[in-house]
Amino acid sequence: MTEPFIRLQGVRKVYRTRGQEFLAVSEVTFDVEAGELVTMVGPSGCGKSTLLKILAGLHPHDGGSVRIGNQANPFDPSRDIGMVFQQALLLKWRRILDNVMLPAEILGLPAKASRERARDLLAMVGLAGAEDKYPYELSGGMQQRTAIARALVHDPKLVLMDEPFGALDALTREKMNLELLRIWRESRKTILFVTHGIAEAVFLATRTVVLTAGPARMADHIRIELPYPRTLDMKTTAAFGDYSRRIYHLLGME
Amino acid sequence: MTAGESAWRIGLATLAHVAVILAWHLFTTLGNVPKFVMPTPWDTVLALIQPEYRWWDNILVTAAEIYGGYLLAVGGGVLAALVFTWSRWLDAAFMPVLVSFNMIPKVALGPLFIVWFSYGLLPNALIAFSIAFFPIVLTTARGLREVEPDLLDLVRSLRGSKWQIFVKIQLPGALPYIFSGMKVAAILAVAGAIVGEFLGSDKGLGYLMLQVQVTLDTAAMFMAVILISLLGVLLYALVIVLERLVVVRDARVS
Ligand SMILES: Nc1ncnc2c1ncn2[C@@H]1O[C@H](COP(=O)(O)OP(=O)(O)O)[C@@H](O)[C@H]1O
Ligand SMILES: [Mg+2]
Repeated sequence: MTEPFIRLQGVRKVYRTRGQEFLAVSEVTFDVEAGELVTMVGPSGCGKSTLLKILAGLHPHDGGSVRIGNQANPFDPSRDIGMVFQQALLLKWRRILDNVMLPAEILGLPAKASRERARDLLAMVGLAGAEDKYPYELSGGMQQRTAIARALVHDPKLVLMDEPFGALDALTREKMNLELLRIWRESRKTILFVTHGIAEAVFLATRTVVLTAGPARMADHIRIELPYPRTLDMKTTAAFGDYSRRIYHLLGME
Repeated sequence: MTAGESAWRIGLATLAHVAVILAWHLFTTLGNVPKFVMPTPWDTVLALIQPEYRWWDNILVTAAEIYGGYLLAVGGGVLAALVFTWSRWLDAAFMPVLVSFNMIPKVALGPLFIVWFSYGLLPNALIAFSIAFFPIVLTTARGLREVEPDLLDLVRSLRGSKWQIFVKIQLPGALPYIFSGMKVAAILAVAGAIVGEFLGSDKGLGYLMLQVQVTLDTAAMFMAVILISLLGVLLYALVIVLERLVVVRDARVS
């Protein structure tokens, strides 16, 4: 059997602030295959963002092992990460196209080719024609689409999304879920998607990792065997309900 | 704001100014107010044709004090703020010193500056500088510090350098703050230069005011006050025009 793209084994993270130790993540173990869309679900404060930061190489971990990349998909930690957060965090003074360009500039990628790619990506996320607008001219959902395009411009192998639709209204959120599935299919990225919405976690995922609070640890990970392309109708099916129920159960809130 | 709306605003504002001058005129003429108490608008304008007041020379001197001190304050203030944000050590050591210095009423430094630099342009420009400097340092330093932590993570996940963070995110993000400091400082610099002239000088509009006070030429005093204000208005307007050119509308701090 070939190695998985990501393998986390017994990952532990302890924050130390003013002599106090705080166990943020304990014993997280799961694999992600290349091209998967894995969701992580759990109550707030359970260490989801911390795990993403460990994967992004922003925080060291205190125990266990984190390995990204395999023979078929070599991983360069300095350029193969794309990130999307709850807030779009666009630079107010830059036009949309220039916002999308930011990672390419930081990595020093060829400007002309990157601009072309940024344009294509904006078209892919449904923002063709908005290239020369400023962020304040865009709705929250459109800003978040821009942030997704920005996370893809340098063609990273792994995209980390931290509650990217958490600040959007419910309808926009559903729409963005469908959009994300399309973008995922077209871009063929490996995506790790953090959410505290159980329905969202099930709807998107090839597999979902359930984390519990205090002290944060992994409860289980569940393969979601619903067919793609997924439609909103599926949310009313018995299978969908079963998955949701299992997660509620794991989170101890049935 | 539409073009029609802004034309309407400008028109109304101009009309209001004219109305105030008219009220001034009616008050002085109908009320038979003695000229040495309050001259009519026309008397005030006529003061300009008195050659012995050397208006033009005095305007130039005061303008040099205000604008010289102001430019020094903007340059020095932004530079100081940059240094403070680059070095946590310097920030921790000298920012409190700066805040203590800011407690000094700058006017009280006037007699000292005269001892050190003798009468004239230099000490007055320095008083303008010392008043205008602090708001610029404080607003600039604040602007440079206001960076979204998640945005920093995004740049760091791509191994972006401190310099890239500075030129791509911190500095452009601080510009609106720098301008808001510059607007406050513009008004303070004018006050500083004039107080300097009151304390001791042999040229400038403030000096002229003291001269004509003795002869009770109130019309010339009125004219001097108007010219001083115009120097301030000009500076303020330049700052606003520059801001419009440099800062995207939505990013502006009022
Ligand atoms: N830099 C840090 N220093 C100390 N504690 C932290 C830090 N970041 C997060 N924590 C703590 O670790 C726990 C997990 O945080 P986080 O990963 O942000 O949770 P989630 O994203 O699931 O809401 C929280 O209790 C939080 O207070
Ligand atoms: Mg979080």
